[in-house]
Amino acid sequence: MQIVTANRLVDGRVVFRTAAGHWSETLAAALLLDAADVSAALAASAADVAARRIVAPYAVEVTLTSSGPVPKTVRERIRAGGPTSGSETLAPTRPARAA
Amino acid sequence: MYVYDDFDRRFVAARVEQFRDQVARRLSGELTEEQFRPLRLMNGVYLQLHSYMLRVAIPYGTLSSTQLRRLARIARTHDRGYGHFTTRQNIQFNWPSLEKIPGILAELAEVEMHAIQTSGNCIRSITSDHFAGASADEVVDPRPYAEILRQWSSVHPEFGFLPRKFKIAITGAVQDRAAIRVHDVGLRVVRRDDGEIGFTVFVGGGLGRSPFLAWELRNFLPEKDLLAYVEAILRVYNLYGRRDNKYKARIKILMHEAGFETVRDEVEAEFARIRGRALELPAADVARIARRFALPALAGRPAVSVVEAAAAAADPAFARFVATNVTPHKVTGHASLTISLKPVGGVPGDATADQMDLVADLAERHAFGEIRVGHRQNLILPHVARDDLPAIHAALAAAGLATANAGLAGDTITCPGLDFCALANARSIPVAKKISHRFADPARADEIGPIDIKISGCINACGHHHVGAIGILGVDRKGEEFYQITVGGSAGDDARLGDIAGPGFRPHRVTDAVETVIDTWLDHRVAPSESFVDTYRRVGLAPFREALAALAR
Repeated sequence: MQIVTANRLVDGRVVFRTAAGHWSETLAAALLLDAADVSAALAASAADVAARRIVAPYAVEVTLTSSGPVPKTVRERIRAGGPTSGSETLAPTRPARAA
Repeated sequence: MYVYDDFDRRFVAARVEQFRDQVARRLSGELTEEQFRPLRLMNGVYLQLHSYMLRVAIPYGTLSSTQLRRLARIARTHDRGYGHFTTRQNIQFNWPSLEKIPGILAELAEVEMHAIQTSGNCIRSITSDHFAGASADEVVDPRPYAEILRQWSSVHPEFGFLPRKFKIAITGAVQDRAAIRVHDVGLRVVRRDDGEIGFTVFVGGGLGRSPFLAWELRNFLPEKDLLAYVEAILRVYNLYGRRDNKYKARIKILMHEAGFETVRDEVEAEFARIRGRALELPAADVARIARRFALPALAGRPAVSVVEAAAAAADPAFARFVATNVTPHKVTGHASLTISLKPVGGVPGDATADQMDLVADLAERHAFGEIRVGHRQNLILPHVARDDLPAIHAALAAAGLATANAGLAGDTITCPGLDFCALANARSIPVAKKISHRFADPARADEIGPIDIKISGCINACGHHHVGAIGILGVDRKGEEFYQITVGGSAGDDARLGDIAGPGFRPHRVTDAVETVIDTWLDHRVAPSESFVDTYRRVGLAPFREALAALAR
């Protein structure tokens, strides 16, 4: 299975393409795609690049688990989950916002 | 310290407004990402794994208390409460929103700071010895020349689209603390027997996928010819450097492929053509800029501080801190003090906004309002009275900033790695954290003594792993992290590139591998004063490779 991810233009946050064609910061909200559907999803994403919502969309291989999709590579797991060992916990984070 | 004149102020303000317009045009769709990317990079804005990242220049690593407080304020109000100091003496904010960055740049401009040329294929921010102007072993203060190079290279119309980035480092001390042999241009300011000041010029060093130590292009370049000669180097590089392959585009590859003599002859020919003209440095201008870097009025003090000695006798933690983090100053009774940003279990190079404010206050109270950022990702108070060391230590300790490990095993150089960086293949920070825990015991760290451990999360080598006594390189093996160990590297006067010491290790074995290399060194060194690299030159790779192979079995 695959999902489509990108960075939001205005603040660079990692987002995932949802079934409704929106972009969510929540990995669990990502639309799961069969290989055959990936190119159509990327084409739709390209329209969102033109519409200035996101930059650099691409597809990511995931495994479906009981808690939702989990990317197969450590890079994409960290990208989806945030830094594993940074100083972020030293200071409060601000609420997320929608694309 | 250097203070902006009217030209500098107008120049930086104009660049902020230019970028504000570029961001507005990007957000309105007038500019595509492809068009915007080189523009944002020229202003230090990257798109990283989780967010945009803003890299702010700290030219030659020199900061005032006012500037450091401003960085703290930006961390607090526009980011997530901390900043990351880098091996190029810059600071990075990991979470800025693109729409806020022009405002951040305007706040920086108010305190004479900017992010110009901290990225992109241009001449990057100039780096230098973090003890410049202070250290006992200094021959000539390199900062005036670093500032002259900064002014010359800022938005230089000819060098905005080089084949690839271009890094210049400069030192003026006996001991090279600026890693000049691994820069595109490395300069050593020297004073000849007849008193004339000039530069030994090294060209073509660099790490990354194809590491090279720089070649010496000129043994003595007269002071007045600095800009003409460096411009000649840049012109030859700009003309002949490869643009067909970004991995072969640095000047080191040109040197390697065309040959040292060919490049030198081209540079000398161009230099002969342009020397003695507009780029010749007028002695009066050099003197005017040098006055900005005059040594503060340090009061005369006895060589031995009674206050310091009493504190050291009463407090072993302070005595240890002095032994590891305090460096001799050129003026008797004074010292330079290294504030380690490598607490046990901490993120190397990170400082919270509160810590930055505290260091700014301490610098104002005890160190003439001056702070340095070192390429080993620590902060330095360059000019402090030894009598003040106990008070400074107490204040640092209360803020978690008194880790006594400068130059020791816990004082790693560590890139952001896969926790943040879009280019990384593996994480660096967790590796550094585990190493800092393993060697946290002061008795163990002292038994080992000074050692450079350097960690990069990919082959681009931001963590300088090639020139670590122990280098750790993170690689991707089928989507999982793996780490390769190199040994025997050095960035200093005995510069050498490390050698790969056998198999790769999974993340949970890396600390064991590091300890194995260290134990092998301790077994072979003839005296505690023998450095890792000296031992390595004597015994070679074999004992280290064998020990790591045994660990891997």
